[in-house]
Amino acid sequence: MSEQVDHSRRRLLTGATVGVGAIGVAFAAVPFIASWQPSARAKALGAPVTVDASKLEDGQMLKVVWRGQPVFVVRRSKAVLDLLANHDDLLADPKSDHSLQPDYIKGSGPARARNAEYWVGLAVCTHLGCSPLGAFEPNNAFQVAGTDLGQNWPGGFYCPCHGSKYDISGRVFKSMPAPTNLTIPSYTFAGDARIVIGTDETPKTA
Amino acid sequence: MAAPESANTSTGLLGWIDQRFPLTALWRSQVAEYYAPKNFNFWYYFGSLAMLVLVNQLVTGIFLTMNYKPSAAEAFGSVEYIMRDVNWGWLIRYMHSTGASAFFIVVYLHMFRALLYGSHRKPRELLWIFGCLIFVLLMAEGFMGYVLPWGNMSFWGAQVIVSLFGSLPVIGGGLVDWIRGDYVIADATLNRFFALHVAALPLALVFLMIAHLMALHEVGSNNPDGIEIKKHKDAAGHPLDGIPFHPYYTVKDLLGVMGFLLVFCGVIFFAPTLGGLFLEAPNFEPANILQTPPHIAPVWYFTPFYAMLRAVPSFAGTQVWGVMVMAASILVLFFVPWLDRSPVLSIRYRGPIYKIMLTIFVVSFITLGLCGLKPPAGIYPLLAKVCTFLYFAFFMLMPWYTSLDSVKPVPDRVTFHG
Repeated sequence: MSEQVDHSRRRLLTGATVGVGAIGVAFAAVPFIASWQPSARAKALGAPVTVDASKLEDGQMLKVVWRGQPVFVVRRSKAVLDLLANHDDLLADPKSDHSLQPDYIKGSGPARARNAEYWVGLAVCTHLGCSPLGAFEPNNAFQVAGTDLGQNWPGGFYCPCHGSKYDISGRVFKSMPAPTNLTIPSYTFAGDARIVIGTDETPKTA
Repeated sequence: MAAPESANTSTGLLGWIDQRFPLTALWRSQVAEYYAPKNFNFWYYFGSLAMLVLVNQLVTGIFLTMNYKPSAAEAFGSVEYIMRDVNWGWLIRYMHSTGASAFFIVVYLHMFRALLYGSHRKPRELLWIFGCLIFVLLMAEGFMGYVLPWGNMSFWGAQVIVSLFGSLPVIGGGLVDWIRGDYVIADATLNRFFALHVAALPLALVFLMIAHLMALHEVGSNNPDGIEIKKHKDAAGHPLDGIPFHPYYTVKDLLGVMGFLLVFCGVIFFAPTLGGLFLEAPNFEPANILQTPPHIAPVWYFTPFYAMLRAVPSFAGTQVWGVMVMAASILVLFFVPWLDRSPVLSIRYRGPIYKIMLTIFVVSFITLGLCGLKPPAGIYPLLAKVCTFLYFAFFMLMPWYTSLDSVKPVPDRVTFHG
């Protein structure tokens, strides 16, 4: 055996060993990092929810739970929709510039919906997270728990906790405790009245 | 840490051990013959107090885990069980919750001491960096610990803090899901925070504390005069201005421990929530996904940084600027040893500019803390903006004002005044 140590060979082998070892460590880290991703159970519970709204009559509402939060589905009549554009000056954020909603809702104007007939939104008041009540009949001052919603009530939502009022597109009126309009989650239609809440993409099989 | 020649002179059991483990040698090199400057003052209590609080947190924490249940369904109830039904559980829990605040008090004072006497300056830069890393880990530890009782403030505080990561461009959304392990703050989040809080972070903290002490004992302690005591040594090679850590400073620190425990026990027994400052009222209600507390404020030790986060308005459609400012406010600490260009270390021999700047810094830090406790209304948002600016001015302008500042002649040997 030679007394001479081949230093460059030793450096190369050491470097190669360290390199391969580092790659091994990187691969071994993958399961641990990936274990922090939402689990299969969390994914199942957070999966999109399909709602069949075909049995809703005009002025009726469905409340479904998606990701632990209540979601409204409201069917609106033509008469109510016609009133929507008339009260922009009474609203805090008529164009929803400061409110949460998917981009594709923007184009629908005051209807705030993919299909103006059905309104979908989180039933969580943007003030302190109470769940608002539906008061959809226009000009009916005493329809919710005897509360006077005022003359010319266009139909909408009323939060019983601190009195925030929203129109039937979930747009908040001026000088209310709630700062922004009701949040609209991602949703899509998988048929005329089959609404899938929690996804932007239309499923291939309806 | 080469063993002194005398290391093998011990006999009996100690001799048997010393031949197999450097027990006597370690004791001598690290404690009995570790020479510290003889002019330490009040400000030098807080290092040993931080160690005391760390031990308090480890011991009380271990006992809390024996009854705590890290699940969303049981966590709140198990903390109430500890408070009401477990023998002495209330004491152990209040020792732990008060200890968290005490930890930050002594660490803030310990860091302020470094700014006073230039303890971060060469050759103690790495010592300071280890300390900054301890501070960062301590903040993570405090945050996760606050989530564990699963009160309503735990839940919404976690919601707000974890959402901060969501403001990062591109990776934000995925990162938040990865941290939470769910689409909302949920059982999975609580469970992993528990694992980090009781195992991963304490291990890292203890490791860093050992590195901090090893770095300290390698370079030696600074002192209120900011001068090097190793320049003047006696015939035996010991610094003339140094005294052995034991018994001199062990006894001195014991006095500090007594003073500290007096206040600490006072809080535990008479004001464990300290008027909502150490434990916030909304946290005595269970977490409720449908009901946000009217005003979300973190615990007091985070409020200066929270105020800076809120002081920065969102623009270009993102909130990320505030998050960046908050991160920068902590990162900038790591660079202080190089930002400070003064030829002297201690404030005793610095000119008026540094004294004024340090005062402004302390006042703005405390004001930020106050702003973070209050709702962002009235004068507080403006005050927070001004103080955020002053906080950064202290660090960013440091290279200029420390080199412009006048200095007084530095003594050759340590002095005793003030």
